[in-house]
Amino acid sequence: MRPWKPVMRAVAEDMGLWAYAVINASTPMRSVAGIAGGMVGTVVAGDLAAVASPVDLADYGEDALRRNLEHLPWLEAAARAHHGVIAEAATAGAVVPLRLATVYRTEAGLAGMLVRNRADFHLAFDRIQGRSEWGVKAYAATATVTSRPASQATTELRSERGSGAQYLSQRKARLAASEQARKVAVASARDVHAMLSSVSVATDLHQPQDPQLSGRRDRMIMNGTYLVDDQASSEFTAAVRDAAVGSPALQLELTGPWPPYSFAAVAAEG
Amino acid sequence: MTEAATGSPAIHEDPIALVDLLDRVLAGGVVVAGEVTLTIADVDMVTISLRALVTSVSALGSQDMSIQP
Repeated sequence: MRPWKPVMRAVAEDMGLWAYAVINASTPMRSVAGIAGGMVGTVVAGDLAAVASPVDLADYGEDALRRNLEHLPWLEAAARAHHGVIAEAATAGAVVPLRLATVYRTEAGLAGMLVRNRADFHLAFDRIQGRSEWGVKAYAATATVTSRPASQATTELRSERGSGAQYLSQRKARLAASEQARKVAVASARDVHAMLSSVSVATDLHQPQDPQLSGRRDRMIMNGTYLVDDQASSEFTAAVRDAAVGSPALQLELTGPWPPYSFAAVAAEG
Repeated sequence: MTEAATGSPAIHEDPIALVDLLDRVLAGGVVVAGEVTLTIADVDMVTISLRALVTSVSALGSQDMSIQP
């Protein structure tokens, strides 16, 4: 891999810099196209470098960003471009991702941020060096939680005309069974989380994704994410496979390795 | 990321689900104030993403099933 030379030039008046991540200044990397096709370069300050590319402030200024981020296709393109550059950087060395939509007017402004937060970035590097993030989502297996469809219940009610009390009691029993199944699934997910935590250096639980967004009918009951030593990644994925086999109430889904998005956060200021 | 013909290892072999990606790029990463995006911070970003998702996938259901460690 050839060394990556800084290619950032003076930023024009109406242009800004979209910042992706912070890397060690010595980390080599291929230059790639970033947000809106702008070529990515580095802004170096001491032993740190910010990975950034020029963007037109007409589209990436604060007001424009607010509008654009609410437009899903735009948000998706930005998220994928942001991730693409960070993932590329992660192939060459440790990377501390920055939150989507961090934009500067000048190289000096971006370099100043590096200088002000140098100590915090070094803490972040200490935490994530040689480690990656893995996601494990747990869904309650459909059969254990889905109550019978309403149409079936209606048919049942008609066929047993006059026994409304019986219908209600059956319905109550089904709801109780469904609630019980949910409790079993949640308890099982807790066990899985504890087990995966034991092979991780840090963990975080994201909000479970809505079925409409996950594209799955099953209810997500855990959306865990785990920081794992790269040397232990096969141990971690084996643990996920074991957990999947040992947890009949759950369906597990593994994603990763990810750059350490969920574990990079430092109490940084401007 | 682009699967460029460089032989460098791809981080993900499968296309990444947008919802998994947004979980990370909108809720994760270091928050520093940019010069342009001074007020687009933590909660704001999550709200923005949810609004974007809600308008394109219709109503969000309740999300009260998170397990607590």
